[in-house]
Amino acid sequence: MSILAITRLELLIARRNMWVATAVLLMGLFATVLTLAGGAPTGVLGVDPLTVAVTSITTLSVYLIPLIGLLLSFDAIAGEIERGTLALGLCYPVSRAEILIGKFLAHISVLAFAVAVGLGLTAGLTVWQHGGEGLNFAPLFRLFVTSLALGAAFLGIGYTVSSLVRQPGVASGVVIVIWLVCIVLYDLGLLGALVADDGGVFTKTIFPWLLVANPADAFRLLNMPTVSVSDLASGLGAAGAVSGTLGQMTSLLAWPLLAITGAWLALRRVEP
Amino acid sequence: MTSLVVENVFKQYGAIQTLRDVSLKIEAGERVALLGHNGAGKTTLIRMILGLTAITSGDISVLGARPGSRAARSSIGYLPESVAFHGALTGREQLRHFARLKSTPLRVADELLERVGLSAAADRKIRTYSKGMRQRIGLAQALLGQPRLAVLDEPTSGLDPVSRHEFYDIVEDLSRNGTAVLLSSHALTELETRTDRIAILSSGVLVADEALANLRERARLPIRVTVTATSEAVDTVVAQLGGTRLNGRSVELNCQQDQKLTLLGQITALGKAVIDVDVMPASLEQLYRHYSAFEQRKP
Repeated sequence: MSILAITRLELLIARRNMWVATAVLLMGLFATVLTLAGGAPTGVLGVDPLTVAVTSITTLSVYLIPLIGLLLSFDAIAGEIERGTLALGLCYPVSRAEILIGKFLAHISVLAFAVAVGLGLTAGLTVWQHGGEGLNFAPLFRLFVTSLALGAAFLGIGYTVSSLVRQPGVASGVVIVIWLVCIVLYDLGLLGALVADDGGVFTKTIFPWLLVANPADAFRLLNMPTVSVSDLASGLGAAGAVSGTLGQMTSLLAWPLLAITGAWLALRRVEP
Repeated sequence: MTSLVVENVFKQYGAIQTLRDVSLKIEAGERVALLGHNGAGKTTLIRMILGLTAITSGDISVLGARPGSRAARSSIGYLPESVAFHGALTGREQLRHFARLKSTPLRVADELLERVGLSAAADRKIRTYSKGMRQRIGLAQALLGQPRLAVLDEPTSGLDPVSRHEFYDIVEDLSRNGTAVLLSSHALTELETRTDRIAILSSGVLVADEALANLRERARLPIRVTVTATSEAVDTVVAQLGGTRLNGRSVELNCQQDQKLTLLGQITALGKAVIDVDVMPASLEQLYRHYSAFEQRKP
């Protein structure tokens, strides 16, 4: 009951702060543009137009979803510490776990809504352009579910930072750095290592696991159909094969759980 | 059951001892004012009672429950010294949220908004509220669910005199319904008539915990008597009674409680030379200084 009360309040705040509008606008806009732009070559190639759209949107979501997740969560605890509402909230019969879960449910709902709007637009536009015949909607559904898992992981990371840092200003800086490292620098680092190794032991044994250990890369591998992956660097395709769907799913499932647990442990230590 | 029992509580932050052997009891319906300088340990004590800060040694029980336990938190109403509710919410939304957390009907939240004089502004965003209005939201949430212990930290800061008066009316209602009230304040004058007991913390030690009358008696601070005389008679008055001349017409005298009537008799005997007499017992502020300083003088 308390959890739902907190979720309800957080949703209200997210709506008033325009977080919902911003997230929906971002996802909707990019989904529309990518679907329409991706539609042009498919007629010639004869590939399932949805597959093309899902591939483009996956590439984009890898950047956007962690970012939205971190932006929704960095202020969640630090902001309340600063305003004094956390101390007050903890004088009510609510546990810290309930506060965390309540906030998480609200933020993941905002994310789910934004992603659903984006993917809904993709589906609608594709059907409008190519007709509904022979379309396989499973990749779209998989993209939706994995997006939520990816978002949940970064929400958890955001809460952890927010609890540890305690100052909203600092927390916002830290989450941007985390985003940069996880999404951009991590892959660049791996790429550098691949080049240096030149097909040696690292490339074959360690690299695939390092790749899948990053939830953003696991998300990318899961949503890139093998057809399109083969177009990319062969290392990525091979890496996907080594870790396998099971490895990717484990990573994408373990990260949210680990991150939320970490956030709970960090929040438990907070003296508001 | 005693609403609040604090027994031999110590708090140690590294090498610094913020509270030393503090014991305090509040019965149902009692109103106790907690006084102390900044850094005297008031906030630490309050946070320990709320279960927000760990107790180094000693024991605190809130209606028989451990501070911070669900049972203790269900029966406490807390008004923080400074709290900034989310500006994007309306007063009603914020208060209804707290009502949900306390499993109190939403109707009660609406009634409380009226009680604290916010019904007209209830549906406006909190960011448009004045400091006093925010303080009222804080007070309203502390009253939710009929708490059996109300902890009010600097409750009247930011309130104008009329609101302060209304605030103490609410506190009086609370105590009449059996709620124990612990309030800390810097505005000493208003506490004189509005509380049952005064507890004074000085450098982490509880130096006084008594009714105001007892504190006065024990401190034996002089009563100040100001005599206003006609300008011609002032010198005679000083010659007869002693004391210090304040200005052309007033003389200030100090005396103890037991000499008060004798002195007043002497003043009346002066007849027409005296225009007015003011008798002022030691104010709470003087008492507060007396007890705080008293403790600090001790090694």
